[in-house]
Amino acid sequence: MTVNGWLQIGVFIAAVLLCAKPMGTYMAAVFERRRTRLDPILLPIEKLLYRCTGIRADEEMHWTAYCASMLTFSAATLVLTYLIERLQHFLPLNPQHLGPVSPYLAWNTAISFTTNTNWQAYSGETTMSYLTQMLGLATHNFWSAAVGISLAIAFIRGIARKEMKTLGNFWVDMTRSILWVLLPICIVYSLALVSQGVIQNFHPYTTAHLVQPQTQTTTADGKTVTVTVPTQTIAQGPVASQEAIKMLGTNGGGFFNANSAHPFENPTPLSNMLEMISIFLIPAGLTVTLGQMTGSPRHGWAVLGAMLILWFVGVTTCYWAESQPNPLFHGVNQQTTSLQPGGNMEGKEVRFGIADSALFATVTTDASCGAVNSMHDSFTPIGGMVPLVNMMLGEVIFGGVGAGLYGILIFVILAVFIAGLMVGRTPEYLGNKIQAYDVQMAMLYLLIFPLIILGFSAVSVLTPHLGLPGITNPGPHGLTQILYAYSSTAGNNGSAFAGLNANTPWYNLSLGFAMFIGRFLMIVPMLALAGSLAQKKHVPETLGTFPVTTPLFTVLLTSVIVIVGALTFFPALSLGPILEHLLLHAGRTF
Amino acid sequence: MKHLRIAVLYTLISAVVLGIGYPLLITALAQWFFPHQANGSLIVRSGKVIGSQLIGQTFTGPEYFHSRPSAAGNGYDATASGGSNLAPTNHILIQEVEQRVAAQRVGSAKVPVDLVTASASGLDPDITPAAAYYQAPRVAKARHLQLAAVRALIAQHITPRQFGLLGEKCVNVLELNLALNQMH
Repeated sequence: MTVNGWLQIGVFIAAVLLCAKPMGTYMAAVFERRRTRLDPILLPIEKLLYRCTGIRADEEMHWTAYCASMLTFSAATLVLTYLIERLQHFLPLNPQHLGPVSPYLAWNTAISFTTNTNWQAYSGETTMSYLTQMLGLATHNFWSAAVGISLAIAFIRGIARKEMKTLGNFWVDMTRSILWVLLPICIVYSLALVSQGVIQNFHPYTTAHLVQPQTQTTTADGKTVTVTVPTQTIAQGPVASQEAIKMLGTNGGGFFNANSAHPFENPTPLSNMLEMISIFLIPAGLTVTLGQMTGSPRHGWAVLGAMLILWFVGVTTCYWAESQPNPLFHGVNQQTTSLQPGGNMEGKEVRFGIADSALFATVTTDASCGAVNSMHDSFTPIGGMVPLVNMMLGEVIFGGVGAGLYGILIFVILAVFIAGLMVGRTPEYLGNKIQAYDVQMAMLYLLIFPLIILGFSAVSVLTPHLGLPGITNPGPHGLTQILYAYSSTAGNNGSAFAGLNANTPWYNLSLGFAMFIGRFLMIVPMLALAGSLAQKKHVPETLGTFPVTTPLFTVLLTSVIVIVGALTFFPALSLGPILEHLLLHAGRTF
Repeated sequence: MKHLRIAVLYTLISAVVLGIGYPLLITALAQWFFPHQANGSLIVRSGKVIGSQLIGQTFTGPEYFHSRPSAAGNGYDATASGGSNLAPTNHILIQEVEQRVAAQRVGSAKVPVDLVTASASGLDPDITPAAAYYQAPRVAKARHLQLAAVRALIAQHITPRQFGLLGEKCVNVLELNLALNQMH
């Protein structure tokens, strides 16, 4: 670990915290339909859109109607993407003449982008045409992010409202998320990325004449064939526009297979820093929005505090672990000097080194982004455990846009409930009495998640023909690969221990299912809880109310998240990364 | 039914705006303000594209600085980016690193780690300054150049941290080798 590395981590979090308040205040104004600076341009567009689609903007929705609109919309977008993928060879903007995407893969990808997961069983540059990338995939980055923000806003309204039946209008929240929040930031941000070297064009792939032509020998049918390769084909495409929303919307699906490690997606340390900041920008801002819309700004900061603690523990552990040399390498200089970062460089880029790779890995899995600038599968066992644990904790450390906020609010309800049990009073949360139904819905949300991860992992490990052949790193690491895949999909993260060969019918189907449940089945109890909270009478705060605005609450919330995660997943972790760590230092290979 | 009609209309209209309008707008602006970057930071010599500043190439033999090992296709295949995804405990990784060490090692000095490990993208255009200096004696000998001259060339090609703070110091292998070809 170096001073410079820590300075970069400091700059990163300082930038996130500085942006949180303006961002959160702005979003509160947008969703309460107060005046903003962008109104003169956007209000006419908004009105036109409502007229064309027949949306009645003043109509308020019950939680069931809100949920139904969301589900119908998600279904429509899912079908559109599936069709585009299957028909891309008939559609324009396909200069490489790529064929249709296979049915299993198209299905998996459509679900993956609809659920804000962006799990990539495909490799972008050889599978998806430019049109599919733009119209089938990048659009989902906007939609699924806007759905997440809308749901979070609906949940906040549920907490704030008293004796009301409705949570707002889904279509209005969607439209405002896209027009006021996502699109304006993306336009400026994608140009900043282009200035650093991210490409944005519609050219066919470029043929470059190599400085030193290479001879390649291939062995086929016992004969060795030597061919001279004088050229390199360089993939092109409209990358920057997609990169911006991919990071800002915590989607994470890369244009290229190597994702944000690819020099055309993430060319410089500055683009890397911008990408990391943009992952946390909206989730951090939403905690401020929560505070403002519920009239308790300090509660927003208390929630943000818990996120900060968990982020810091993660990044410290990951940075330390990745700075360690691999004890099995001999004759290799892995020390940190002024001329090299040293440490575990397998699967990392030189321009990012150890600090930026460890920070990116932590940030992308804290928030359910899932973009990667280094290959998590090649991390040291403990370094790779950090992203895994971040996802297993439920994607609530900042979390995906919207999803992170409503996820941590479920834990808040649980924390308040536990505090209530400890003092023997009916728990209260910001003027709402928390009753049996509310805790049931919260527990349903919390139980579905580990059930998907551990259930599917168990099936994959126990089926020699379905799950096991996908493993590429044998030994305990193989278990970690499978656990990682289901944690990533259930948590709608989308990053991978990418060695796992997941483009098989079993994995495409089961991971698709995990993504689907991990998104939609968890949203239903969440919205039911929001609907229940909105109907409650106001309970005035008394001396006996457990305050949700203090550092004590931050500590309680952090503990609840850690304890729930540890009780659920520690046994699995001890057989995966922890065992691998011990065996690595005992000199075992697999 | 009302939900469905709104959902379908909303999907179609927003798809056109976000999926076609937005990328076209960004492409127009990008091509206007940053044409070099937007088209891939290509290096053109006497009318021919010889590579991109951002995408690494394979170099072999003693007379060139070598790039990092690459897991992209057959090496630096810029249509098949990706890492090896080998775990630190995987015996295949340990064996590969052993072979690379044997190929690079000069005398008793240990080989810098980035020179024997595959990058994340398989297209990493850079090596660390340590890896560049490590190769200097071999290159100088093969090209009959003064070691000091080669080391000076490396020093000129070290990209510092951005703003003196961000990222790591690195050396762009393609640009270094192009400059090397100019030396005599």
